[in-house]
Amino acid sequence: MSNEAVLHANVEGATAHDAHHDHGEHHEHHHHETFISKYVFSMDHKMIAKQFLITGMVWAILGGLMSVLFRLELGYPDTKFMFLQDILGKWWVQDGRITAQAYYALVTTHGTVLVFFVLTAGLSGTFANFLIPLQVGARDMASPFLNMLSYWFFFMASVVMLSSIFVETGPFSGGWTAYPPLSALRDASPGSGRGMDLWVIAMALFVVSSLLGGLNYIVTILNMRTKGMSMTRLPLTIWALFFTAVLGVLSFPVLLSGFILLIFDRNFGTSFYLSDIFVNGVGALPNEGGNAILFQHLFWFLGHPEVYIILLPAMGMVSEILSVNSRKPIFGYMAMVGSLFAIAILAFLVWAHHMFVTGLNPLLGSIFVLLTLLIAVPSAIKVFNWLTTLWRGNIRFTPAMMFAIGFVSLFISGGLTGIWLGNSALDIHLHDTMFVVAHFHIVMGVASMFGMFAGIYHWYPKMYGRYLNNTLGYIHFWVTMAGAYLIFWPMHYEGLAGMPRRYYSYSAWESFKQFGGLNQFISTVALIVFAVQILFLFNFFYSIWKGRKLTTQNPYGSNTLEWTTPIRPGHGNWTGEIPEVYRWAYDYAKDGREFIPQTTPVDPNETNH
Amino acid sequence: MSTFFTIAVIVLVFLIIFQIAKASEYVSVLKGEEKSRKENNKLNGFFMIAFLVLGLIGVYWCNDMFYSKTLMAQGAASEQGEKVDSMLFLTLIITGIVFVITQVALFWFAFRYQENDKRKAYFFPHNNMMEIIWTVIPAIALTVLVVIGLRNWFSFTGEAPKNALQVEVTGMQFKWIFRYAGKDNTFGKKYYKMIDANNSLGLMWKDSADINIKDDPAAHDDIVAEFTMYCVKNRPVKLRIGSRDVIHDVGLSHFRMKMDAVPGTPTTMWFTPLYTTKEMKEKLGNPDFEYEISCDQMCGNGHYSMRGIVKVVTQPEFDAWIASQHSAYSSAFPPPPVPTADTAKKMAVVVAKK
Repeated sequence: MSNEAVLHANVEGATAHDAHHDHGEHHEHHHHETFISKYVFSMDHKMIAKQFLITGMVWAILGGLMSVLFRLELGYPDTKFMFLQDILGKWWVQDGRITAQAYYALVTTHGTVLVFFVLTAGLSGTFANFLIPLQVGARDMASPFLNMLSYWFFFMASVVMLSSIFVETGPFSGGWTAYPPLSALRDASPGSGRGMDLWVIAMALFVVSSLLGGLNYIVTILNMRTKGMSMTRLPLTIWALFFTAVLGVLSFPVLLSGFILLIFDRNFGTSFYLSDIFVNGVGALPNEGGNAILFQHLFWFLGHPEVYIILLPAMGMVSEILSVNSRKPIFGYMAMVGSLFAIAILAFLVWAHHMFVTGLNPLLGSIFVLLTLLIAVPSAIKVFNWLTTLWRGNIRFTPAMMFAIGFVSLFISGGLTGIWLGNSALDIHLHDTMFVVAHFHIVMGVASMFGMFAGIYHWYPKMYGRYLNNTLGYIHFWVTMAGAYLIFWPMHYEGLAGMPRRYYSYSAWESFKQFGGLNQFISTVALIVFAVQILFLFNFFYSIWKGRKLTTQNPYGSNTLEWTTPIRPGHGNWTGEIPEVYRWAYDYAKDGREFIPQTTPVDPNETNH
Repeated sequence: MSTFFTIAVIVLVFLIIFQIAKASEYVSVLKGEEKSRKENNKLNGFFMIAFLVLGLIGVYWCNDMFYSKTLMAQGAASEQGEKVDSMLFLTLIITGIVFVITQVALFWFAFRYQENDKRKAYFFPHNNMMEIIWTVIPAIALTVLVVIGLRNWFSFTGEAPKNALQVEVTGMQFKWIFRYAGKDNTFGKKYYKMIDANNSLGLMWKDSADINIKDDPAAHDDIVAEFTMYCVKNRPVKLRIGSRDVIHDVGLSHFRMKMDAVPGTPTTMWFTPLYTTKEMKEKLGNPDFEYEISCDQMCGNGHYSMRGIVKVVTQPEFDAWIASQHSAYSSAFPPPPVPTADTAKKMAVVVAKK
C-alpha cells in the first residue's frame, strides 16, 4: 500500500479536522484546505462522490424535465402551452405545441443524459467513489488525482452536452443510440449538424472520465483492501462496483472507437458507415462501400454492458441494504458473487440482441438468443436470493429498505419482459415498439434509479452526518413506486398494439391512434412523479444543513467498515489506524447476536457457517 | 393567469407536505424515536401488502381495459404472425406465473417479516439445494422458450417459397417506394447515383460511361409505386428491402414482421398474408382499417409520418391491378402518340441523352 505514506499528511489533517467538527457546525475549519481544494478540485473520494452525485442530480432533473415536456406533447397533443413558448422560444414550441424537431431533440437528450450522465456517472460515479475506500478499508482511492480528473472530465462532458442545447440547429435529435447515417449526415436532419458535433465531443469526454474512474476503482479494490479483507469478505456492494468497473473499462473504448470512426465519416470524408446514399436536396453522396450496421455492433458492444454498468451497482447496494435492514445475512453470498460474475461475462456476449431486425445472419442471431436468455438464470438466482434474504428476517422499513424492495419488484417485472424481447422471433414483432420502452425503463431506468435512491437514503448520514426526513422519504417512495408502474405497465399494451416508439404523433395512424386517453393518463402521472422528485431534491438539500443530526457512529447496526469511521470522516477516513477485518460483512443474527461488525475478531466458540 | 395559479397551488401543496413532514419529525423526537420508528414500520408493512393487492387488481384491470385494443385481440394477419402470437401467449403464461409468485413472495415476506420485538431474525446464510433448484428450474423453462423461439426464428428468416411474389421496398425520408419486376419478372439493376426527379430509385435506364453504368433492359418494364403496396392473399410475399438515405424499418405489425432498411446493405423478409384488406375491414367492423407500414427506426424529424399501406387482395384483383400499371420508365418518358415498343425506347434514350 504505497499510497499510505502519501496520504499520511492528510490523515493528520483529518484528525484535526474531525476534532474540530465535533464542536459544532462551523464551516471555517480549513486548516490545510482552501475552499478550492476542499470543494472544487478536491482529491477526497468522499467529496468527489458528492460532486458526482450532485452533478448527476442536476442532470436527472434536466433529463426528467425533458421527458415531462415530450410527454406533454404525447399526452396533450391538442392543448396549447403558450407559457412554454414564452419560456422556451419558437424553435422548441410553436403555437403552443412542442415542435417535431424539439420533440426528437428532447427524446434524444433525455436518453443520453439519463443513461450516461445520471445512471452511469451519477450512480456508479457516486457510490464507487464513496463506498469503495470506505468499505474496503482504504484512506482514499489508489490515485486521488486521477479520481479528481475523472470528475472534471465528466464536468466538461456535461458542459459540452449542455451547450449543445443552445445551438441554432438544436441538439442532436437522432435517438440516444446515434445510428449513422442519420447521425453522420448533416443534411439528413438539422440535429445532426452542430448539435451532433457537440454530442460526440461530450460523449468522448465522458468515456475518458469513465475510464479514469473505472481503472481507479479496480486498482483500489484489488490492491488497497485493509488487513484481513480478503475478496470473499468484501460486501456485495464492492463486488458489484468491481464488476461494473471492469465492464466499463473493457467496453467504453469500443464505443469511443465507434465514435471516432463516426467523426471521420462526418468530417473527413471517410466511408466507414456510409454507402449508396442519396440525400434529399443534396443529391448522391460519393461515399461507397461502408456499412451502417458496423456502428451498431460497436455501439452495442458497449451499449449492452452499459445496461449492466447501470444495473450492477444498484444490485450491489440493494443486496447490502436488504441484508442490513432484514437484520439477516444476505442469502447465498457466493451465489450472489457468482451470478454477478456470470452477468458480467454474459454482458459482453449478447449485444446483437439489439440488432435482430438489422438483417443479421440468422445463425448468428440464434446464438445471441441463446446467450441472452442465459442471462435470465443468474438474474433469477439473484431475485430468489433477495427474496430468501427477506424471508424470516426482522425487517425495518427505512426509506432505503423501501427503495431496495421496490428495486426487486421492478427488476422482476422488467426482467421478465426481457425474456420476451430476447427471443428473436418475438422481438421481430416487439422491436422498437412501446413494449421495449416499457421494458427498459422498468428494468434499467426506474429500477436503477430505485437502487440509487436506496443508496442515497442509506448512506446519506455517512455523507453529511445528518438524516434525510423520513416522512418525505416515504411519500417519495410510494408515489414513485406507484407512479412507475402506472406509467410503464400500460405501455406494454401500446407495444402489443405495435405502436412504434419515438413517434411525435400517432393521430394519422389507424392502427395506433386508439391510445390517446392512455397517453394522456401516462403523461399526467409522469408529471406528478416528477413533482415528487422535486420534493426529494428539496429534502436532500434542506437536510444537508437542517436535517436531524446523526448521533451515533453506526446508526443501522451495520457490519461494514464505513460505520467504524467518525461521524463526519475527514480526508483519510479513519483517525487512527485502519481497522483490521476478521470476518465477512454479513454476520447478522448469528449466535443470537444482532450483528457482529467485520472488525470483531472471531470468537473460538462461534459457530461456523 | 391560470398558469400562475397552478404554480401557486403546487408550491402551496409542497409547503404543506413539507411542514407535515417536518412536524412529524419533531413529534417523533418527542415521542421517542424508537417508538415512532416502530409505528412507521407497521404502517409501511401494511402499505406493502396493500400495494400488492391493489397492484394485482390493477394488473387485471389494466388487461381488461386495454387487451381489446392490442393486436392480440384481432389476431395475426399472416401465417408467421399466428406462430408469433401462440409463442407470445406461451411466454406470457410462463413469465406471468413467475411474476405472480415472486411479487407475492416479495411483498408478503416484507409484510409478514416486518420488525417485531418477539421475533429474532433467522441466521440463514446459504442452502445449496435451494440454490440448485432455482438455477435449474429457470434454465429448463428458458430452454423450452429458446427451442420454440429458434424454430420460429429459422422458419421466419429462412428462404422464401419459390412461388413468392417479389416486391422491392425502398425507404427514404419520409416515404416508401415499391417496385415490382414487371412483365419480364426480373428486377432491373439500379445505382444510387442515377437517382433524379424522374427516377426515384436510380434504375439503369441509360448508359453512363463516366460512372461505368450500362443501360439494363430489365429495368425498363419495372413498375414503381409509392405509398401503397399490393400483395396477394395466401401467397407468400418476399420483400427486398433497401434505403435511399438513412436507416428505416419496414414495420408490419399486423403481420408481426419487421426488417430494417439499410442504405448499401439489402435485407429481405417474407410472410404469407391470410386475409385481404376487405376481409379485415369486415372482421374488425372498421371500414377505415388498413394494413399500415410504419417506420420503426428513428430516421429524422418526419419519422412519425413515414406511413405506407399494404393492400392485400386476391390473385385476380392483383393481376388486374398490375396490368393497369405503367412501367416507371414509360411514366418518366411518355411514349409518342402511336409508338411501337421499339421506337419508344429509342426515343427515350435520345431524350435522356439530351
